[in-house]
Parts: sequence; C-alpha cells; structure tokens
Amino acid sequence: MTITLTIDDQEVEVKEDATILEAAKKVGIDIPTLCYHPDLTEFGSCRVCVVENEESGDLLASCVTPVSDGMEISTNSAKARTARRTNLELLLANHPNECLTCDQNGMCELQDAAYNLGVTEVSFSGETTDYEVDDVGPSLKREPSKCILCGRCVRVCEEVQGVSALEFTERGFDSVVTTAFDMPQSEINCANCGQCATVCPTGAITEKSCVSKVWGALENEDKHVIVQTAPSIQATVGEEFGMEEGSIVTEKLAAALDKLGFDKIFSTDFAADLTIMEEGNEFIKRFQGDKHLPHITSCCPGWVKFCEHNYPDLIENLSSAKSPMSMFSAIAKSYYVEEMDLDEDELYVVGVMPCTAKKFEMNRDELIETGSETDAVITTRELVRMIKEVGLDFANLEGREYDDMMGTSTGAANIFGTTGGVAEASLRTVKEKLTGESLGRLNLGFEGINEAEIEIGDETVNVAIANGLSNAAEILDEVREGNSKYDFIEVMACPYGCVGGGGQPVPATDERKQKRGEGLKNMDGAKTIRKSHENPEILKLYDEFLGEPLGGESHHLLHTRYKERERN
Amino acid sequence: MACQCGNEEQNREEFLAPLRELLEDYESKEKYLIPILQDAQEEYGYLPKDVLREISGFLNLSFSQVYGVATFYSQFHLEPRGENIIRVCMGTACHVRGGEKILEKIKDELGIEDGGTTDDLHFTLESVACIGACGLAPVIMVNDDTHGRLTPEQVPEIIEEYK
Ligand code: SF4
Ligand code: SF4
Ligand code: FES
Repeated sequence: MTITLTIDDQEVEVKEDATILEAAKKVGIDIPTLCYHPDLTEFGSCRVCVVENEESGDLLASCVTPVSDGMEISTNSAKARTARRTNLELLLANHPNECLTCDQNGMCELQDAAYNLGVTEVSFSGETTDYEVDDVGPSLKREPSKCILCGRCVRVCEEVQGVSALEFTERGFDSVVTTAFDMPQSEINCANCGQCATVCPTGAITEKSCVSKVWGALENEDKHVIVQTAPSIQATVGEEFGMEEGSIVTEKLAAALDKLGFDKIFSTDFAADLTIMEEGNEFIKRFQGDKHLPHITSCCPGWVKFCEHNYPDLIENLSSAKSPMSMFSAIAKSYYVEEMDLDEDELYVVGVMPCTAKKFEMNRDELIETGSETDAVITTRELVRMIKEVGLDFANLEGREYDDMMGTSTGAANIFGTTGGVAEASLRTVKEKLTGESLGRLNLGFEGINEAEIEIGDETVNVAIANGLSNAAEILDEVREGNSKYDFIEVMACPYGCVGGGGQPVPATDERKQKRGEGLKNMDGAKTIRKSHENPEILKLYDEFLGEPLGGESHHLLHTRYKERERN
Repeated sequence: MACQCGNEEQNREEFLAPLRELLEDYESKEKYLIPILQDAQEEYGYLPKDVLREISGFLNLSFSQVYGVATFYSQFHLEPRGENIIRVCMGTACHVRGGEKILEKIKDELGIEDGGTTDDLHFTLESVACIGACGLAPVIMVNDDTHGRLTPEQVPEIIEEYK
C-alpha cells in the first residue's frame, strides 16, 4: 500500500511503512541526521532530524516517524531549523572543542552537521563529562568524552556482529557507552573488527594509530622498509581523494607509497595467492581424509578471535594457514631477506590493511614467538592521512607497477578483499588440482549468508559464506549441533568482507561497500591470470625456497595456532 | 582437605556456588535477567564482577549488556554495601528544614561521601528523594528505623546505636 504526503510543497508517494526521512530522500530533500544509520535499526535519540508537521506545528524526528496519508511536512520552516540547531547545540555543549587535533577531523559527521546547520556558537554551557581514554589495546582507541550517545556502535555490535562489546551504561546525564566495568575493549570479548569505528559519527572510536611509528621507520636510515597493501585497499583508497566508489587505483596506490619513501612496494594479494596454495591443499587433505570438516577459513583476525571466544570447540576446524598479511611478513623475513642479502633486523614490514583487527593479529604471541610478525599495520584511513600530510595529488598521480618478487597477484587474490572471495579463490585451485577442470564464476551475492554447491569429480563440496559475525554464528551453531551439511565455510567479520573493514573510509554504508566489492570482482574478471597456482612469483617461491605446499618449510613459516579465550 | 589458599580456581568455584544454585531455578532466557540480578544481590549483598560475568554466560548475553542493565537501575549495587544503610532524605520538606546539614554531619562522622561505604563495611550512606515522612523533617532512615526531627548534634548518638 502506498500513501501520499507533501514535503516542502512537493507531493511524494511512498510505501505506508516509510519514514518521513525516507520519503524526503525520495524527492531529493536531504534532512540532516546523526544517530540514524541506513543499515541499522531505527533509534531516534539525537533529534537533529526534526521537521515540522505543518498542520499541528509539532516537531517530529523524521528518521523514526512513519508517514501518514495527507501529511504536510516542512523540513525547512524557521521552527524546524531552529529546533535542529538547538538540539545540536545541546549536544555540542557537552562535547570537547578539539576538532583541530581530533583523529576524525575532516571526516566527522558531527563537524559536518554543525557546519550544515549553521551553528556559529554554542549558546548553552553547563556540566560536562570527562572520561578516560581507552587506548590500551592494539586495535582501537575509545574516547567516551567525544561520544554523543547516538548508539550506532552499540547497534552495529549487537545487530550485525552479535558481540555487544559496547553498551549503554548508567543513566541520565551519567549515561556512557562503554564496556562492562569500563574494562579496556581489548580485554573483553571484542573481536577488534572496528565496525564501531566505521559507524561512529564522531571521533569517539577510531583505530589506534601507527602513523608515527611508520614515519619513524621511514626516516630511519638503518631500516629497509617494505610495504604490503591488502587486496581491498586498491578499491577503497581513491574515495578519499574524490574518486568514485569502487574505483580501482592499484597503480596510483603503488605510486603514492613510493613517494612516501617505502623501499619496495609489494602486495598482500601476492600472499593471498600463497594462502590459497596452502589452504587449498589443506582442504583437499581434510576433504579426502574426512577430518575436521567443515574446513573454516582463518584469514580474518576478527573472525578468528570471535571463534576463540565463542566457539573454542571449533578451533580445530579453522585452517591453520596464516592470513595473507602474516604469510607475507614470514616470507619477507626469510626469503626476501635472503634474496636481498639484508640483516634480519634491518627489515621493517608495514601492512596497509582495511582492518583494525590486523593490528591485533600482528601482535599475536604465536606470530611474535617465531619472529615472523608484521612490524606495523596502518589502516586505509591512516594511509590517507599520510598521503595528505605530504600533499600528494593522489587522483592525478602517474601510476607505477608493484615491485617484483612479491608484487604479482592473480584475480583469485584480488577478490580476497570481498566476501566470498576466499572461498571462490580456494576452490578454483582445489577443483583444478583434483580434476584438471576449471571452476566457473560463482557469482555469489554480497549480503548475509551465501551458499554454493561445487561439483568436483563425482563429489559435491558444500560451501557456505558468511559475512558479519552474527551470520557466522548462525552457521556455526548448526555445525556445533551436528546438522550442518557444509564442507567449506568462509567467514569474514565485516559486512561485505574487507571492503567493509573497520579501517576503511567513513562513513560506511552497505551501498558504498557493494560498489567496492564489485570493483574487485571486475578486477578479477579482467585479469589474464586468475588462479593462484598460476602466479609465476608463487611458483618460483615454491621452486626456489619453500618446496611443496604443506611441506616442512611451508608448514614452519606459513601455518599457525589459535587459542581458547574466555567467553566474556 | 588442607588449606587451599592461592588455589584461585577453587576459591572462585566456592564463591560462585550460591549463584549456581540460585540459577537452577531459572531457564536461560533474557527476560529473567532482572529477577536473577535481584536474587543474586540478595545473596551476595551486592553484585560482584564475577557474579555478573557468570550471569551473562548463563543468559547468553554479553558481559557489557548485563553491566548496562545493572548500572541502569539504582536498586542494584556493584560495590559491597555496609551492614547498615543510612538513607538521608533530601525531599523538599527535609531540604527546607536542614537535611543538607544532617547529611554533612554524617559524612564527617563516618568519613565517607554520599553513596560511599566505610572501610569496615559497617555503614553505607545514601541521600534519597522523599521517603514520605515529611512531618518528621529532617528525617533519616537507618535500615528500617526512622529517626526524625533531627539536629546535627544528634547524629553521633544515632550512629553509635548501630556500631
Ligand atoms: S561511541 Fe560513537 S557510535 Fe558509539 S554511541 Fe558514541 S558517538 Fe555513537
Ligand atoms: S573482514 Fe577483513 S577487515 Fe573485517 S575484520 Fe576480517 S580481515 Fe579485518
Ligand atoms: S537522526 Fe533522527 S533522531 Fe537522530
């Protein structure tokens, strides 16, 4: 059923369950919002979206108020504009005035709202709250004093991830979004995925920055600093320089990193091909030997930590293959050091990742013990800050190739950056290895849970792909109860996979993530080499250094362990 | 068995045993959170961290969610409480008749702030909105006893009664 209403004298026909905000959007009227997020449930706490009902004069929060037939709404009456500004001023009255030095400066929705609503002064003053900063952990930094209690992080953590690490606590003026007993976020069940940071409209949750560490390494003449960029970065970094969402900027990215002073520019995609070689063979072994099935992917550190907290009984189903980032660093610190005749402590490996959880992964004991860890991880957002700091005109940079030895990748590796990619890439290699036949495109969707049945010889491999941890939990509960038909399960903690990662440009919406994911899929389609086992640099690596997949050297360098963690 | 001091796991188990027992009466459903918190507080006198953690596990909620509920309602206490609870009325009538001075005097006597508990866990002090005995203003309650028409000078004597 549709109904008709008038917004700013324009007639709009919408479904009866639409909100005023949605109806306004339909006719191109942009109402300011803060607590509203298109991919989360409705909330209605900030009141910066109020509009006036012209008949009654009532002010209505447009993001939560349903339309009704014949309604007449003014979004820009003096009353509505004043109320919006007042509501925002009330929020600002208890918000630190630190924009100039805030991590979120330039990408802050609160800042934008103040500008758009014409706030030129804050006419209220009163008690203010002052909370301690939580920057104890490796991944995230939380500054509750900058929180406007919009609840977006609380909602994403509960609705999308099923983790609920953050919650509203206390009440009234003392309300604060925090963890149980204000424990550091790194000491609870948080997966470090950083989805909270991507939806927070302010600087209250951001990544824990490694930018100064990286500058330090680049300025240190005794260090040979190499960089690896994760598959998704080439599909997202351009956005921050005015380029269209989903634009693939591989060569410009390499050029920018070169200009920042890295000694070699490599790609994590190369290591993703290596992950496929190891993980694909591991799966074949399990599938043929019928042990520890379903096989579950382990390249996403957010997912791995979630599993360690909530499904420790399924740890043995996780692939023991390290993530591409960690494989890259292990190879860099062995093979590359040898080839380049470097001292071991001369090499410094930086990862540009879509991901806050990778900062945690880098610090895992299992990796540090073996001396094969990544030395610094920066997110896409941090890289953007570095590029802006040196004033590069990114969009107009002349591109360059990635460096040889660890810079070549296949289409299979590129799609690692989006949901379904790891599964599709692995099974391409698995099928070919077992039957000599090629696997057709799977054309999986991006949302929620996807399934595929793949014929390999006379056997069928049942595949499930989940993005978002609550979707993963749904599948894992079935596995735990013993009524799952799946042989191979891919899990990505972030919706849409790493293109939707916690370190990607904000504000994040599903619409934006979808375009990024499509960008990567097109990239795969356009590649001449689309199978990991055909990557010439990978073949050379096995030939000259590693030997066989899963063999002695590979096992030692490229596989790892996990551990049970407390549930809460 | 010989003394097991330092055996953390066992101490923890012993500490949580009464909680486990009271949880036996409940199904693992979110709607029982508040009754469980009430029962647990009844049992322990307050809601210790480990107890809240255990409850969250039992109900399949996150620790933060349970903490959020426990801190929302003023009936729940996350710190140990004194054996004797002193409630000082701050309602209008008491305010007008010097409730503030009574509160100050008690704070001085016990050396604690509003909401605090003495180190020996003997007294907890709370200011409250009207307790409904305006005729006796200014009034305090110690546990279930009402003491009305007070002057600050009477405070030490009353505290002494409960020592
Ligand atoms: S931390 Fe950010 S997302 Fe979470 S409630 Fe506060 S302002 Fe909103
Ligand atoms: S999906 Fe990607 S970005 Fe998100 S936590 Fe996992 S590895 Fe990181
Ligand atoms: S955006 Fe509508 S109330 Fe916050």
